[in-house]
Amino acid sequence: MNATIGKLAANRLFWPVVMLLALFAINLVAFPGFFAITIKDGHLFGSLIDILRNGAPMLIIAIGMTLVIATRGIDLSVGAICAIAGAVACSILLGSSDPSNPATVAVAIAVAVGISLLLGVWNGFLVAVLGIQPIIATLILMTAGRGVAMLITEGQILTVNSPPFKAIGSGFWVGVPIAVVIAAVVFAVAALITRRTALGLMIESVGINPEASRQAGVRARGLLFAVYTFCAFCAAIAGIILTANQTAADANNTGLFIELDAILAVVIGGTSLMGGRYSLTGTLVGALVIQTLVTTVYTVGIPPIATMVFKAAVVTVVCLLQSPATTAAFASWRRTAALRTAGKEMAA
Amino acid sequence: MTGAAPVVDMTDISISFPGVKALDKVSFRMFPGEVHSLMGENGAGKSTLIKALTGVYGIDSGVITLAGEHVSFSGPAAAQAAGISTVYQEVNLLGNLTVAENIMLGREPRTWRGIDWKAMRARSTELLAGLHLDIDPNSLLNEHSLAVQQLVAIARAVDVQAKVLILDEPTSSLDADEVAELFRVIRSLKADGVAILFVSHFLDQVYGISDRLTVLRNGALVGEYLTEEILRIDLVQKMIGKELTALDDLEKRTHTASTSGSVDNDEVVFVRASQLGRAGSVEPLSLPIGEGEVVGLAGLLGSGRTEIARLLGGIDRADAGELTISGKPVKLRTPRQALSHGIAYSSENRREEGVVADLTVRDNIVLALQADRGWFRPIPRKRQDELAESYIKALNIRPANPDALVRNLSGGNQQKVLLARWLAIAPRLLILDEPTRGIDIGAKAEIQKLVYSLAENGMSVVFISAELEEVLRLSNRVAVMRDRQLVADIENDALTVESLLALIADGSDSASANSSVEAVLVEAGPAQSAPSQSAPSQNAPAPTAPSQNTSGGTP
Repeated sequence: MNATIGKLAANRLFWPVVMLLALFAINLVAFPGFFAITIKDGHLFGSLIDILRNGAPMLIIAIGMTLVIATRGIDLSVGAICAIAGAVACSILLGSSDPSNPATVAVAIAVAVGISLLLGVWNGFLVAVLGIQPIIATLILMTAGRGVAMLITEGQILTVNSPPFKAIGSGFWVGVPIAVVIAAVVFAVAALITRRTALGLMIESVGINPEASRQAGVRARGLLFAVYTFCAFCAAIAGIILTANQTAADANNTGLFIELDAILAVVIGGTSLMGGRYSLTGTLVGALVIQTLVTTVYTVGIPPIATMVFKAAVVTVVCLLQSPATTAAFASWRRTAALRTAGKEMAA
Repeated sequence: MTGAAPVVDMTDISISFPGVKALDKVSFRMFPGEVHSLMGENGAGKSTLIKALTGVYGIDSGVITLAGEHVSFSGPAAAQAAGISTVYQEVNLLGNLTVAENIMLGREPRTWRGIDWKAMRARSTELLAGLHLDIDPNSLLNEHSLAVQQLVAIARAVDVQAKVLILDEPTSSLDADEVAELFRVIRSLKADGVAILFVSHFLDQVYGISDRLTVLRNGALVGEYLTEEILRIDLVQKMIGKELTALDDLEKRTHTASTSGSVDNDEVVFVRASQLGRAGSVEPLSLPIGEGEVVGLAGLLGSGRTEIARLLGGIDRADAGELTISGKPVKLRTPRQALSHGIAYSSENRREEGVVADLTVRDNIVLALQADRGWFRPIPRKRQDELAESYIKALNIRPANPDALVRNLSGGNQQKVLLARWLAIAPRLLILDEPTRGIDIGAKAEIQKLVYSLAENGMSVVFISAELEEVLRLSNRVAVMRDRQLVADIENDALTVESLLALIADGSDSASANSSVEAVLVEAGPAQSAPSQSAPSQNAPAPTAPSQNTSGGTP
């Protein structure tokens, strides 16, 4: 029994999952109908569905961020890219004669994603070719990007009336929110591409030891371009979902601080900011922890002024549990526990 | 200089790290007004001894006295306060501060208002003048050359009224003029009665500046000698030592059919370096490597043996000369290009540049092969398992678990994993830089046997090792490096450890004698045994004449 717990505790997903379950438990106590999922008009409704739907944009970004962080990098510009993608899509829809035409929506999304890919290539260029530290390289776009979005929207909040566009943010597909479906697809694609090919191995190898990887013939430059571009792609998708949900592009507020939540989700999921081994499943759990936390604030009825403090406290606890010192303490506890069990068995 | 009491006296110092005895009852003393060189190859215990003296490491047993008093420093700061200053190999200063700030950092002259900038500048100017260094104390440290930065570090060390100054490889990144400048400063400090500990891999410099030598090997004291009383060849022999090995059953490689002819024939030469070099790293040199040939590279650390190997492996870019592979000229810009030509370089720095510690044994073994195929064509899992399993078995990797993280393996097993990675891509030329360093004797023998059988099967191998027996046992030809130059390239038919030692150590005699030996050795055909054996007697009388040392310089 003890040994099983010990084995579980050694897994890096252990604490994030425990945290998630604890948050679920708190919610269940405060609101007994927490786990209830009902079907209204053929759509799924319930607190869990809300968590998934509201957490989808952040999860999508966190997936891209995971790969960037695995290469020892970081991408601070994702929030700004969200704003730019939303602004581009909305301004195209507003400029067209028929914003409700699905083809127009498709064009708007394609252009928004295309521009974001270019921004990702820009980040990749700064990091891989010029060798600028990732935090500085992406800080450039983080600050400049909102300005670009502001220029695109001409300082206005662009409100669009386009049912097909709106559906991306708040619509349903076979009963499931479309945003959740998109997040699931991005997750599956990222997992398949990195784990079914050798991309994941290369990313981890470069993240752990760039020089050894270079000497083994790994082309780090191409990899860095790929991960920053993919991260920008994720940010564009998230930005479109956020904008579609509000049916408005707000250069100042779309995706504001989402980069911090995404980084946090990655870290809670057990991927080290030092790069190397990464876990997309861990990132999924991390994103759920953060989104559940936000929901908990409402269900438990924590006053809005205390929200930030509450969130900070929970994040602090998670970080403490995952700290090297705690890990070491648990490892030694496990050893002594195992010895004690062995001793008892001997005695018996 | 004789007769005086030693200012530093370390007696029977022992230090252990988990699993390693880093220092075993080593004694070491320093006299005022004397330059004392600490000699030894990698892992000999030089830096451990220095760190014991400066309080970085606590000692397990032994006694350290400073000026007759028993001391035990809690850390470098305490040692410095007691008058022991250290200047490290890498300049440990702050490039974005001024020269004066760097000199006085941590002990700035103060008034009640804060730092007394005027006094600080005055004191810095005075110290710099003492070293005859004419630079503006208000200039940023970054604006100066490495040599000047090194001297600023010394000025900083001298300011604390140092009785003992430790210079750990101060010359490794300096050119000849800069070394002369440094030596001038060292001599003037010496005249002031400072005891100086000097560490350098360059024998010329050691003979040029030091009065006394202490040789360490594998954490043990070999002996203390007066520089003028020990011949270079003896010194090198003491540094390298001789190790009885468990490999007596492995016969010395004899010439196989494919290599018995002249290696200058392009049909059998796989890789040929022609005047290949890199400024500041290795002087241009020419070296043919035949198919199925094992070329040993011998020389001391810092002699250029690793540097030339890195050029061949595409790790560093050559800026002079030409490299031809199978007769076609190629430029190697990246390791990837070298690998695509079938050249694999296995770094001496296993942990930093070799294995990827947080990946599994399997991932490490397939990494180079996978990189070659590109990420889009993954090696099927079944094939990966086969590869891992076969190499774990063939090289006897322990634990025999492909899922074990490489960081948890011992040094020898990490080395085998690294070898497996290169063998998996079936290179045509495998460059092994110190593949047997720091690993136990059993693993060493296994790796030697492996090299032997690889060459039998037609793979070319460049083999670098500090252990000359090993080089001699495995190589068809031995290229000898000294002071960044190729000094000999000889068929290994009658070479002995002694004749190799002579070639490595030599270099004190005048340039003409030097080059004549070189010319004979490089140009002569297969019958090289005569000159190489006569080399020691030719050069024996020369080593101690200080005026002939190239780097000595005159004040």
